[in-house]
Amino acid sequence: MAYSHGDGHHPPQSFWTRYVWSQDHKVIAVQYTITAILIGLVGLVLSNLMRLQLGFPGRFAFIDAQHYYQFVTMHGMIMVIYLLTALFLGGFGNYLIPLMVGARDMVFPFLNMLSYWVYLVAVLVLVASFFVPGGPTGAGWTLYPPQAILPGTPGDGAGIILMLVSLLIFIVAATMGGLNYVTTVLQARTEGMTMFRLPLSVWGIFMATILALLAFPALFVSAVMMLLDKTLGTSFFMPAVISLGQTLGYKGGSPLLFQHLFWFFGHPEVYIVALPAFGIVSDLISTHARKNIFGYRMMVWAIIAIGVLSVVVWAHHMFVSGMNPYFGFFFATTTLIIAIPTALKVYNWVLTLWRGNIHLTVPMLFAIAFVSMFTIGGLTGLFLGNVSVDIPLSNTYFVVAHFHMVMGVAPILVVFGGLYHWFPKVTGRMLNDTLGKLHFWITFVGTYLIYFPMHYLGFLGMPRRYYAYDNYQFIPPSAQQLNVFITVVALIVGVAQLLFLFNLAWSAFKGRLAGPNPWGATTLEWQTPDTPPTHGNWGEAQPVVYRWAYEYSVPGATEDFVPQNLMPEGEGEGE
Amino acid sequence: MEQHPQAAGASPALPSGWQGLVADWSSDQRAFKVSWGKAMMWIFLVSDTFVFSCFLIGYMTVRISTTVPWPNVSEAFSLKIGNVSVPMLLIAIMTFILISSSGTMAMAVHFAYLRERGKAAVLMLVTALFGASFVSLQAFEWTNLIINEGVRPWGSPLGAAQFGSSFFMITGFHGLHVTAGVIYLLTVAYRLFKGRYEQSGNYQIVEIAGLYWHFVDLVWVFIFALFYLW
Repeated sequence: MAYSHGDGHHPPQSFWTRYVWSQDHKVIAVQYTITAILIGLVGLVLSNLMRLQLGFPGRFAFIDAQHYYQFVTMHGMIMVIYLLTALFLGGFGNYLIPLMVGARDMVFPFLNMLSYWVYLVAVLVLVASFFVPGGPTGAGWTLYPPQAILPGTPGDGAGIILMLVSLLIFIVAATMGGLNYVTTVLQARTEGMTMFRLPLSVWGIFMATILALLAFPALFVSAVMMLLDKTLGTSFFMPAVISLGQTLGYKGGSPLLFQHLFWFFGHPEVYIVALPAFGIVSDLISTHARKNIFGYRMMVWAIIAIGVLSVVVWAHHMFVSGMNPYFGFFFATTTLIIAIPTALKVYNWVLTLWRGNIHLTVPMLFAIAFVSMFTIGGLTGLFLGNVSVDIPLSNTYFVVAHFHMVMGVAPILVVFGGLYHWFPKVTGRMLNDTLGKLHFWITFVGTYLIYFPMHYLGFLGMPRRYYAYDNYQFIPPSAQQLNVFITVVALIVGVAQLLFLFNLAWSAFKGRLAGPNPWGATTLEWQTPDTPPTHGNWGEAQPVVYRWAYEYSVPGATEDFVPQNLMPEGEGEGE
Repeated sequence: MEQHPQAAGASPALPSGWQGLVADWSSDQRAFKVSWGKAMMWIFLVSDTFVFSCFLIGYMTVRISTTVPWPNVSEAFSLKIGNVSVPMLLIAIMTFILISSSGTMAMAVHFAYLRERGKAAVLMLVTALFGASFVSLQAFEWTNLIINEGVRPWGSPLGAAQFGSSFFMITGFHGLHVTAGVIYLLTVAYRLFKGRYEQSGNYQIVEIAGLYWHFVDLVWVFIFALFYLW
């Protein structure tokens, strides 16, 4: 059954088999990336529309309360699932795993191709929900029942049904891709590439994919149940409800069950987007500081520990849900324990930078920005992980600031850094440096200016997800000035992303030629015989790995880096 | 995990226990000494285990949370023969059929490795027929519940509405797995019969299909226990 690399395997010939129905992991990665960026742009526009309403309430007539809730919901869902998950696993995972482990492709390329096309269907169903009567669902990205499927919530008809169907399709796609990624990392490494010689990017994506395979089932089940509640009138999540003066047919279901299932998916989901970011940023920092990663093995064990812990913390999202208060103690404890491996990673990144030969290239700027953004965002997680501190802060802008910094902006910074870093390998051309630095500074400073003040708004008690904040005595008028400021910055940051898109499009054709290894990196993807790598990646023979991925600035070496596949002197003669 | 020695390259004296675990994971090129297809099937089954676990935990939760009493399952699932209603009879037959099918599947794997592809194909066909009759009996049971007892996904005259909803959802989802398995087995049996794997001499495909089939069988044991014996 296994995909054979022998004589019978020809590279695809026509345009359609090469670029559209392609089974090549590199083409699939680019397809995933472009689709995810396009749908991510929709999410970006939605966030700016929300900010327009918050900064200038009522000024824009087309943003009424119903639309506002739809924007909130779709922004969250698109960014978390259809952009970040798809981009890290489908985009970076697809491109990097086979190249970094020295394989010729994923183990089952056909399944890999199907994964992309099923993902595309999921995106199209999601987009279709914007055009059905009633519009997309406005239930909030967590889709809590009972309100998610009851009249009065925007998009309670076709909108919520299409949302759930789209999620189900996405899970099928993620499973098909995920099986490939995990099997490739475990079983298809090249000679010499032991698990403890894998670059940390692969470790991060690998662990995130395992989490995806274990966490998405909970979302799958909750989506099936809610779909049945909506369409067949079952009562899995629905208690007896009187809605708009009418007693509905539901009785005896458990809304809390949905929250448990959803967050059993939802919390590992945070690490599904964070672990690849951890891995990639480790490689970026090490490469651009010309220094080996500090504590490689501890970094790996931290990734594993975070992955394991992430499935036993989910109910810290539910401290105010009315669940048994004793649960709070357990879940607060496990949540705070996660801070240990996470802090270890932050220390190791900083210690890698310490006395390194730091090159402030665009990928490096984004990597350092990630460490800063992630640390600040992570610290507020300690506040929210404690039950007694969480209760007054929950459902305020403090929470919005926390999760946007730690799992929204921080991984996106790594996405940018990774794209700037690997774009030369994908296209053979460098991205424009000046545009890149401009993009970086606007994005980095801008996102701080957006989210930092939100902590303060949260302390003031400004609740999240509200359409308008008039007539609340406890919110001082100065909060509105801050909201105007945040909106203006958000618009600037939003528009600045056009710089990045232009840079991508322009440099793909007109950029400076990169050469095979512009950053002087050690990992295998930079050692391919062709740039961009051709079908089969390695030409005649797969590479043989002799060392770990972080031999930078080795004393006595001719260059300041030693590629993983460079044969050590004195070896090979005896063969 | 792995019972059959691989035809070639069975390395001598692998370390066992914890040392074996460490040796597996830190080994070069592959963590487990199995083919890609078999590794992927195992990983898929772990993921699918989580799907079924979530379904069953959801079912247990709504069964506890519902305010209406749960129906008397031995009455609800009884089979009427003439005027006598025999509890558990139908389900005993269904369970017996499915467990027998696991036996024939194991025999098919055995003959596939002996490269007696005719026998293996016939045994796979028998397994698929067992599976198909299981699904047919399930359809019969559904019909009985819907037509005679009046159970619906959204409500039931016998008691709590969640009885029908979770029963139809979970047995339906399991039934889909069995149906997919029947198609999968028939496809492999057909190819086996046509001699498609003769050239490579690699009959592991039968074992991989068998893994899936045993899994579906194992899941049924839990569904059986939690729906019919609780």
